[in-house]
Amino acid sequence: MTRLLVLLAAFVVFVGAALASPPAAHVNDAAIVSDTKPRKLSEFGFFADAEAQSPVASVQPYTLNAPLFSDYALKQRFAYIPAGKSAKTGDNGELIFPVGSALIKSFGYDRGEGIELIETRVLLHRADGWVALPYIWDADGRDASLKVAGRRLPVSFIGPSGAKRDISYAVPNMNQCKGCHALKGEITPIGPKLRNMDDGAQIDAWKARGWLAQDVAVSGVMPDYADTHASLDSRARAYLDINCAHCHTRDGPASNSGLFLGFEETGKVSLGIGKRPVAAGRGSGGREFAIAPGDADASIFTYRMDSTDPGIAMPELGRSIVHDEGVALIREWITAMGADGTIKTESGD
Amino acid sequence: MHSILKGALTAGAAMAVMAQPLYAKDITVAPGEDAQERLQEALILAEPGDAVVLGEGRFDLTDGLSLDIDNVTVRGAGPGKSVLSFKGQQGAGEGLLVTSDNVVLRDFAVEDTRGDGIKSKGADNIVYYNVRVEWTGGPKETNGAYGIYPVESENVLIDRAVTKGASDAGIYVGQSRNIIVRGSVAMYNVAGIEIENSYDADVHSNVAMLNTGGVLVFDLPNLPQQGGRNVRVFKNVVMMNDTPNFAPKGNIVASVPAGTGVMVMANSNVEIFDNVLRDNATSNIIITGYRFPLEDENYQPTPQKVRISGNEHGRAGYNPGYRGLDQAAAAMGGSIPPILWDGSGEDIASSDAVPVLTLGLAAPDAPLEQAKPDVVTLEGDAAPVLPVITLPAAMEAAIK
Repeated sequence: MTRLLVLLAAFVVFVGAALASPPAAHVNDAAIVSDTKPRKLSEFGFFADAEAQSPVASVQPYTLNAPLFSDYALKQRFAYIPAGKSAKTGDNGELIFPVGSALIKSFGYDRGEGIELIETRVLLHRADGWVALPYIWDADGRDASLKVAGRRLPVSFIGPSGAKRDISYAVPNMNQCKGCHALKGEITPIGPKLRNMDDGAQIDAWKARGWLAQDVAVSGVMPDYADTHASLDSRARAYLDINCAHCHTRDGPASNSGLFLGFEETGKVSLGIGKRPVAAGRGSGGREFAIAPGDADASIFTYRMDSTDPGIAMPELGRSIVHDEGVALIREWITAMGADGTIKTESGD
Repeated sequence: MHSILKGALTAGAAMAVMAQPLYAKDITVAPGEDAQERLQEALILAEPGDAVVLGEGRFDLTDGLSLDIDNVTVRGAGPGKSVLSFKGQQGAGEGLLVTSDNVVLRDFAVEDTRGDGIKSKGADNIVYYNVRVEWTGGPKETNGAYGIYPVESENVLIDRAVTKGASDAGIYVGQSRNIIVRGSVAMYNVAGIEIENSYDADVHSNVAMLNTGGVLVFDLPNLPQQGGRNVRVFKNVVMMNDTPNFAPKGNIVASVPAGTGVMVMANSNVEIFDNVLRDNATSNIIITGYRFPLEDENYQPTPQKVRISGNEHGRAGYNPGYRGLDQAAAAMGGSIPPILWDGSGEDIASSDAVPVLTLGLAAPDAPLEQAKPDVVTLEGDAAPVLPVITLPAAMEAAIK
């Protein structure tokens, strides 16, 4: 028995040593495409220096014009497309990534002397579809470990108002990843769409890598919703697109609601204007319409955005506190609506 | 045992065995510390054919649970023994979310979720058997909306379920097709059982009592699937639905008056027969159009082809919850007839041995104030005789 244990211990040490080999300078394509769930983030080789979040040369950092609100977490995004391959473009600026691609998003909070990483989520495009895996950063901050069931973590940070916030930060489980990333029941990337990435330089950087065809053009660009130079309508619509439309789209997890909030959406009732709730339950807050034009206090939108109660709050996942600036924007937008749902005055200049 | 029957049973058992993958296994999860993480991990790591077995006791959960693997059974030791308590829930819109096909949920309870109890979306061939979903504080506006909530699914079986306290519907089947709800009990919900924007449903042998409304068959506008039709409501006991409406305003069920037995709104091809209906203060049966302002040219807002027959009517209509109908009740000797029709739609027929009160509001957007109440007989039976709903054999086999 003792001998068996010794053998077993030796084996564990051996395997451990193999797994702890120094990070490769190249991305580990096999880890992306094979049917495995790597235990450590480092196994993918995305980062030259993981703690500093500095990627290897073949991994491209990117930003979004309009980002999803995630409890004021700072997010760093990276994309990888295998050598010699490129992304195609679909409807509404959608990017169609080749098999072997990966999208990496790290979440953390500013600690003054740098960002303390909480979690990194990876989306891997395998032969039979995308796979989403959540990694939680180890206590020593050097690597992150797979946590398929997610986890709640106590997090403190200073919010934009200067106030200290103590939250129960929820790292999503694998199913919850799909809860937002599902389109027609399949996992699909959300953020990287051309219309939400066009900042004047980024698209060219992707073209320079050969990741996009040279003739790719962007139309209907989504603005940064915090940028008051853009029109109120486009800011509000960009906000709703990135914060809501991953579920509230015709093929998404909230398809049954009949409420569709994509940036391209034109149907008034589909956008919530004069639309009665279907399955809102107490999420209605006693209000009769998703949007009552001109009256933010009578609109379910603001009620649900302004709540942290799980039976009321929207989005259902990914936020434990209210995004005050987001609520203010949607309030302003609804208030500016005429009775027919059009915007009376534009604040853009 | 009769040899033919025996042979059939053996063959059935053999088929059930064949349907199982080679290495199907039970993953047992006990209540206790880290129940959230252990149970969620089991639901993620389960493989098709596996059963996630809930131990006896109370699981104190902090977040919603979800299952996204096909062909998985979640089985407890009984709805009084294996209890998933969401009293401490901090996130997610429901207690348990199922998004995969061929899932069987049986023999456990879900309590006190902040939002919906159990939701299954786009989950075909889903079986809910012997499950209880309850808000333990009784009917309250702060309770979650739906107890059992299959939506956008084909082939739905709900059997021997118990739901209590939902602030919308205890059992709610939405935008689905081919549905059986049977042998279940719904109490203290706003709506006991609701079939909404769905096609082909049998609702039978249930007890819906002490709700605001017992059984609702609704169709609503501005939804991906509408034109609700082909619903049979039969052999149910629908009584004493006198709980004051506690649905948050804005929801369609907030407009259902207390004391409603069976209510049909804007559906086509509905049969209501052989039910026991009594002590419903507004009405045993209400047939109505969608009486709200409307912007949807694809929506048909009136009821069409409804047949009412063979129902046993007890006391009803003695305290109608619609504006003005209390005066009608007083004028008619204390109660209005047990069947109430708003006057909209075509081919509404009743052969029940009770009178029918029409409000004479042919246009569903006419205000209630314009009602011209009148007692009528509803002849001209034109509703089709609907076929019995059958489900894939494996679904019925799963609960044998």
